[in-house]
Amino acid sequence: MVDGGGTGVEVSVVQRSRPAVPALAVLAHHLTGYRRTWRAGIFSSFLLPTLTVVGFGLGVGAYVEQGVDGVPYLDWIVPGLLASTAVQVAIAESTWPVFSNFQWTRTYFAQSSAPLRVGDILAGHLGFVLFRALTASTAFLLVTALFGALASPWAVLTLPVVALLCLAVAAPTFAYAAAVSSDSWLAMLFRFALIPMTLFAGVFFPVESLPDGLRPLAYATPLWHAVDLCRAATLGVPPQSSAVGHLLYLAAWAALGWVLAVRLFRRRLVV
Amino acid sequence: MSKCLVVVGGHRYGRPVTSAAPLIRARGLVKRFGDFTAVDGIDVEVRPGEAFGFLGPNGAGKSSTMRMIGCISPPSGGELRILGMDPVRDGPAIRARLGVCPQLDNLDPELTVQENLTTYARYFGVPRSTARRRAAELLDFVQLTERADSRVEPLSGGMKRRLTIARALVNEPEIVLLDEPTTGLDPQARHLVWERLFRLKQQGVTLVLTTHYMDEAEQLCDRLVVMDGGRIVAEGSPRALIEQHSTREVLELRFAAESQEAFAGKLDGLGERVEVLPDRVLLYVTDGDAALAQVEARGLTPAAVLVRRSSLEDVFLHLTGRTLVD
Repeated sequence: MVDGGGTGVEVSVVQRSRPAVPALAVLAHHLTGYRRTWRAGIFSSFLLPTLTVVGFGLGVGAYVEQGVDGVPYLDWIVPGLLASTAVQVAIAESTWPVFSNFQWTRTYFAQSSAPLRVGDILAGHLGFVLFRALTASTAFLLVTALFGALASPWAVLTLPVVALLCLAVAAPTFAYAAAVSSDSWLAMLFRFALIPMTLFAGVFFPVESLPDGLRPLAYATPLWHAVDLCRAATLGVPPQSSAVGHLLYLAAWAALGWVLAVRLFRRRLVV
Repeated sequence: MSKCLVVVGGHRYGRPVTSAAPLIRARGLVKRFGDFTAVDGIDVEVRPGEAFGFLGPNGAGKSSTMRMIGCISPPSGGELRILGMDPVRDGPAIRARLGVCPQLDNLDPELTVQENLTTYARYFGVPRSTARRRAAELLDFVQLTERADSRVEPLSGGMKRRLTIARALVNEPEIVLLDEPTTGLDPQARHLVWERLFRLKQQGVTLVLTTHYMDEAEQLCDRLVVMDGGRIVAEGSPRALIEQHSTREVLELRFAAESQEAFAGKLDGLGERVEVLPDRVLLYVTDGDAALAQVEARGLTPAAVLVRRSSLEDVFLHLTGRTLVD
């Protein structure tokens, strides 16, 4: 047909415009790639929470006989682990993959030659990271429900919370990954941001146990705000601090991260 | 949205050509990066159905120009209209009608050959079923049908380049931009790419390419500009450029002695121009054989002699110099 070199008679209509929602076409691209690897991923998304629940909740929890704030240690730690899992997935998916799309596979450059805007490219990839964080969190919730570690049906509200948390950490990480010149900076982000945040933002022990001077740092992390909300939801108790305040704080991180990411993506893609 | 035939980039058949208004029109186009001026006020017009080339050494400003035409790099000055639109304001609308084959392959290694085409087609709003059919046609066109379900990674350089060209055609573009389409390919792969590009041209697709291969430019381009230091130093068809900037033939003389310089002095008055290279002397002449007879009449006996037609490469080296540009 094509080899007919212009003598073809079949008529087709090829639309050449922008897709109705361009970011969805970008998301579809990332999902198509994910189809090839999801099996290995889904296994670890169930295995990892099982291991952490068994290890921390049951193993460490056996030594924390009085629990925390009158709550069994397993029940207390599960919402924290849920939020920190979402953060880990969100950061892992927005460091090397974003860096690679600029530096190695150059996928973003291919996308920017199509009728997409910088915001479409960013939103589509961010949507994929959100999808990854939400599926991992859902798997986590299912496993912990099987262990009977969710005390309240309000636990379903943790999903919108971790979604917002994911955007709050992924958007600035996108900006960071677009700004750095070498991937060794990405490892620094894990060492100096992700690991301290996971250890001290109220996941494993209450922030009140930290020395006074360190507490503000813990409260400044997006993770602590999500942990407090998730803990309130799974235990069915009011959060320590205002829920609206938590949500606004997370939304501010997401919004600021978005603005930065758009700016830094544009600096790389439109030159 | 227009009706068109299922031929690669077959718009020309589906739409009457009402005027030969240029598809690309640049006036005093400038691109600056900080203090560095990559493109320094060029005027270019590309007409429908034409194969237009940008020639030049590395750093001449070819790729910067291509990126501005591809609407991913805003001009720093001058005027640029593509398909009658403003690339800064109407970028997505213009890009919807362009096909781009970049210098560095940016295929998605996580996807199969076919998926690289179908996912890209969605960026142009092509429905899924149309995209699949289109991908099959294009894989046939670039002779990759049997690799449709293969990953991209193990493909050879030539296959990847052909796939990138196929991807540039998923939206049936009116203009295809090719930045050094055969750089790094082996001769077989180059010839296959040329043959496919020639076929596209026959079908009426407007091709805009950059190259520093003179044979590529002579093979493909109807018209070209030679760029150097961000400026256009010559413009015309390959034939016209040779006529204008070189002689009909070149007589290459290689003398056995250490220095060719010693002999060069004895060639005064022969031909329009004498060029002394470390290993040989070039005489730019109208008739090579006649000039050779005169050389021999002066008692000179070169160790090796070659009479050849002037090529675009002679023009290129004459205009942009022999100094190495890195």
